[in-house]
This record gives sequence, C-alpha cells and structure tokens, in this order.
Amino acid sequence: MDSLDRRLLNIIQEDFPLVEKPYAELGRRLGLTETEVLERLAKLKQAGIIRRIGAVFDLRRLGYASTLCALEVPAARLDEVAAIVNSFPGVTHNYLREDTYNMWFTLIGPCRRHLEKVIASIAARTGLAVLELPAEKSYKIRVNFNLDEVAPE
Amino acid sequence: MSLPRPLTNLEKELVRLLQGDIPLVANPFLAVAQKLNLSEAEVLAHIHRLQEEGIIRRFGAALRHREAGITANAMVVWQLPPEELKSAGEKLAAFPEVTHCYQRRQRPEWPYNLYAVIHCRTRKACEQLAARLAVTIGHNNYRLIYSTAELKKESMQYFIQEEPECE
Repeated sequence: MDSLDRRLLNIIQEDFPLVEKPYAELGRRLGLTETEVLERLAKLKQAGIIRRIGAVFDLRRLGYASTLCALEVPAARLDEVAAIVNSFPGVTHNYLREDTYNMWFTLIGPCRRHLEKVIASIAARTGLAVLELPAEKSYKIRVNFNLDEVAPE
Repeated sequence: MSLPRPLTNLEKELVRLLQGDIPLVANPFLAVAQKLNLSEAEVLAHIHRLQEEGIIRRFGAALRHREAGITANAMVVWQLPPEELKSAGEKLAAFPEVTHCYQRRQRPEWPYNLYAVIHCRTRKACEQLAARLAVTIGHNNYRLIYSTAELKKESMQYFIQEEPECE
C-alpha cells in the first residue's frame, strides 16, 4: 500500500463521489485515470483491505433494534459456541476478548422481541447465560479509519 | 430521536440493493438503476435524500482494519455516576481513535455503563490512549478489554427476512 492508496482509501471511506462515474471523479482528484483507480481498488479488495463499497444504514431509522451480548465460554467450547452464535444472521460482529466474559457479539433484528427470541435460543442451545447490555444512548458510531493517523510506515 | 418514518417499498428495494457491494465498474449505479427502472441520476438523487434524512449514515468503503494495519482493538469500560455520563460520553466521542461510544444498561454482574471502542496500532498505544481517556473524563477506574480474534464481521442484510414476532 503506497501513499496514493492511503489517500484513495481515506477519500472513499468518507467522501465517496455520488456521481454516475465515481471512479473517474476519484481519478481527477488524485491525478489518476479511471482505469488506474479501478485497478488500485481491485488490488485493495483482493488484499482484503476493502471489505465492501456501499451504503451504511442507521438501523434505528430502518425500524430495526440492536444490542450487545457477552458470554463466559469455557476454553474447550469456544469453537462450538462460536458456531452456534454465528449461525444467526442478526449476529453481525463477534469477537473473542480477554476477560472473564470472553465472547462479545452484536445482534440486530427487526424488533426488540426478535432480539429476545434469538438471545433465548442462544442461551438454550449453548447452556450458557447471556449477558445482555443494550445501549441507552449513543455518543459516537464511526466506522472509518484515517490511515494517515494510524497506518504503519 | 423521534420515531422513524416507515420506508416506501421503493426505498426498501434501494436498501436491499445498496447494502451489498457496488461493482468496480465505470458506472456502478447503472445496474441498480436498471433493476428499479430508474435513471442513474434518479438513483443518486434517492441516495442523497436518504443521506440527508440520516437513513444512510455513510456511503463508501468499509475496510477490514486488521488488514489495513490497525491491529489492536479494545473496549474500555467505566462505571460512572449517572449525572456524569453525558459529559463523559461527549468527551470520549471527540477522540479520533474512539470509533464507538455508548452508554449501556448496568447489570449486577457487570456494573459498567460507559463503553468506548478504540483502535490502535499496538497494545502499548491502546494502554496510553485508555489512560488519556481516563484523565479526560476524570475517572481512573476503567477496565481495558482487548479483542484477540474476530469470529464474525458482516454487514446486516435488512429487509430480507420477515420475523413473525415483529408483525
């Protein structure tokens, strides 16, 4: 990844041109041709750096509900429990963390009652108590990363 | 926030088409326009309007930050008196390295109510940042919880599956 790639990634995270030919517009801003921009993006995608390009929605404004859950999973059962948790399409993120509660996942669904049903089902299938920590207020949701601030040189 | 307004069928179809990955081609909105029987300009106008309404939070690339070199990710949690939550949450949100900040319900077995997710290059940087955050909000009793593996990370697929308990 060179400095042009990093500039390209910073722009397409925050200020993707919403025009008919966005890659030509990105090329104009960076001094590249449309083809060069598309080739760089294809490489960044192949390398797994770009997960997707598309819209990120405010789930509450779509009428959806979300919550955060944690489990205390015995080390020997991590794979088995992860398979159960990850099998639900509403589980969008799942992380192992260094704590007594060692598996943390976010759950999204079309209503609060559906979240409760999924949580009850995870508890029943794993035999583990689910610690549920619903948000009461959001102060920040930012999912883009300024690569100039944090990227290793 | 006021109750969300219901989306039209066209808007729901747009959500379904834009929640995936637009193609790396010169005119990436053309396929969406053809599916909806609209022009590209009309699709772009809908996207702009949904953005203005806050229904689309952001349009652009989602990165896998581990592959981009941002390898350490930690959750910092505090137990604060309720009257301090708002001010502390706003102060934490101002840090660029804090990507998420929420106030969450306390539980007897987990009494924390303020959460910040931070992304850093190294654990050392995370430790230093957590200490700075703690100084900023005047509470040193935090718990720093590192993630050691990402087991799943996907974008939610909205308006695909209807759940009977939600009707």
